Amino acid sequence: MRDSTFKGALSDRTAKTFMGVLFGATLLVTLLNQVFPPDSALHVSAYTVTLLGKYLCYALLALALDLVWGYCGILSLGHGAFFALGGYAMGMYLMRQIGDRGVYGNAELPDFMVFLNWSELPWYWQGFDQFWFAALMIFLVPGLLAFVFGWLAFRSRVTGVYLSIITQALTYALMLAFFRNELGFGGNNGLTDFKDLLGFSLQEDSTRVALLMATAISLAGAFVLCRWITGSKLGRVVLAVRDAESRARFIGYRTEHYKLWVFTVSAILAGLAGALYVPQVGIINPGEFSPLNSIELVVWVAVGGRATLYGAVIGAILVNYGKTVFTGIMPEAWLFALGGLFVAVTVFMPQGIVGLVEKHWPSLKQRFLKTPGDNDTPMAEGEQS
Amino acid sequence: MSALDSLRETFRRDQVFDFMRQGTRVVAPGQLDAGDGKNILYLEDITVSFDGFKALNDLTLYIKTGELRCIIGPNGAGKSTMMDVITGKTRPDSGTCFFGQTLDLTRLSETDIATAGIGRKFQKPTVFPEHTAFENLELAMHDAKGAWHSLFTRMTGEQKSWIEETLAQVGLLDDRHKVAGLLSHGQKQWLEIGMVLMQKPQLLLVDEPIAGMTRQEVERTGQLLQSLAGKHSVVVVEHDMEFIRSIASTVTVLHQGSVLAEGTMDQVQNDPKVIEVYLGE
Repeated sequence: MRDSTFKGALSDRTAKTFMGVLFGATLLVTLLNQVFPPDSALHVSAYTVTLLGKYLCYALLALALDLVWGYCGILSLGHGAFFALGGYAMGMYLMRQIGDRGVYGNAELPDFMVFLNWSELPWYWQGFDQFWFAALMIFLVPGLLAFVFGWLAFRSRVTGVYLSIITQALTYALMLAFFRNELGFGGNNGLTDFKDLLGFSLQEDSTRVALLMATAISLAGAFVLCRWITGSKLGRVVLAVRDAESRARFIGYRTEHYKLWVFTVSAILAGLAGALYVPQVGIINPGEFSPLNSIELVVWVAVGGRATLYGAVIGAILVNYGKTVFTGIMPEAWLFALGGLFVAVTVFMPQGIVGLVEKHWPSLKQRFLKTPGDNDTPMAEGEQS
Repeated sequence: MSALDSLRETFRRDQVFDFMRQGTRVVAPGQLDAGDGKNILYLEDITVSFDGFKALNDLTLYIKTGELRCIIGPNGAGKSTMMDVITGKTRPDSGTCFFGQTLDLTRLSETDIATAGIGRKFQKPTVFPEHTAFENLELAMHDAKGAWHSLFTRMTGEQKSWIEETLAQVGLLDDRHKVAGLLSHGQKQWLEIGMVLMQKPQLLLVDEPIAGMTRQEVERTGQLLQSLAGKHSVVVVEHDMEFIRSIASTVTVLHQGSVLAEGTMDQVQNDPKVIEVYLGE
């Protein structure tokens, strides 16, 4: 049995392997971007740096979903909502940073408010000029929404497909609300045209690299946090709730408290992912609330493999890499490919890529031993504990 | 409310005038009071009906502290409904249900009843299939059950040896690191009994413990249940007459939701009413 303290989670083999691969890849990309001049063959463009940062944000979001779905059995089809809320909180801070550099040159009001003839900043925009306040809101807003929503849903013992449907309705309702100009979040244009973050210009390569690093560190931190949670007694209770909820309740666990706890932590992680995502892609709009996004997220986790944590990360990166390539070649076919992928994974590899690798690990290992140095799946290797 | 009901309300068992009792009785609210010579469970005039069908009909039953009681009856006699009433899963339409002298089970939630000291082993074994036998017992262990507590808690040596003792008691020490889903049917039943024991129950409700077991497993289960009596009060619901004869001191026969006969196995088997119900028509 693993050491169930936080320190134990930090030093276990899987976490070390995970962080090694993650930081190794991030440092390599950083180095290739910063050291080599743009005309060198080894140079990695800022576009690629940002793309990788985006993938890591998705990976963090997938990690958050795996915690509730893989471990607690709550299939949330609305996790995109928490991601988008975290993104909007960051977007509001970035909007306030623009100051008088906007099109209308108004130091106090963002452009879209000037355009709407608003005379003063709405109360809920107050404080977002301070980074610490925005950072607090990044955690607080998704967390609070998840807490209230979860409290109502789990207390009423809404489970299974019904819960999935209402989470979907939640994100859809938020999307419709955020599309409205009167709500004060920029309507369908959302928030964009950001200039700088903490005084660093978002157009600079060095800022982009720093954002990539920050995302990698957040992902690693979230991974260790999730390993700690799932390795603790709480993690075992949560698994028990997934497998036999009424039995767990009978033993004396308030299962709704456990579900609420995990759901809220997961929403906070999703919000953090959204906040890191927005400065890298430069825009947040209500499209992020779209139910389709949340469903895509479920596909990432299913493809990677549920209830392993690193499976979700692998799935998110692979599917999104596939999406980048695919939409470059045949954009209109992507949704069909995604749907086909989901069906194929459900039918042929219910445990996802990680499950497939683990199943065939003994024979793969033999082949690897013959050709040392060939190491395609370093992260799957760690999970033997 | 009838005059009888209002009288009962006035003289509720948890509100008896203490000064009328001899000696001093100090029981904190919410604590079990089932001392020497007292009964641990009082079911009185319990009626439960589902859509007009009376699953329990004026059932009155007492269980003594530390006894091993077997309850038999044909299908639909109300055995499972009785268990449901005791554990709070089903609320009776009328009647009283007390745990010890003071705890009114009809007013407690399922969780509270489990915490108060009533453990139930279900008919179908429902262990946690993805957890090991050891982890199953850890989850069932009598301990604070809050989420934050579970996150920060670390198992003490005492708790570990307690779990191992229980594993040995139910004969699963060698399989403690096996995932429960891979245990045999009989082993799952024992694991489930072990899980109930980890809750430190005063009263154990065991629902059809030997269903689907081999002869050897049946024998071991009988020994296990007998070893539990005395320290705990055990109520076993079972169909198998042979098994009951081998373990029981007192047998209660249920029929159509009420008690038909009560006594030793021999007395019960020779009771003409019981013979009629089982062999009759």
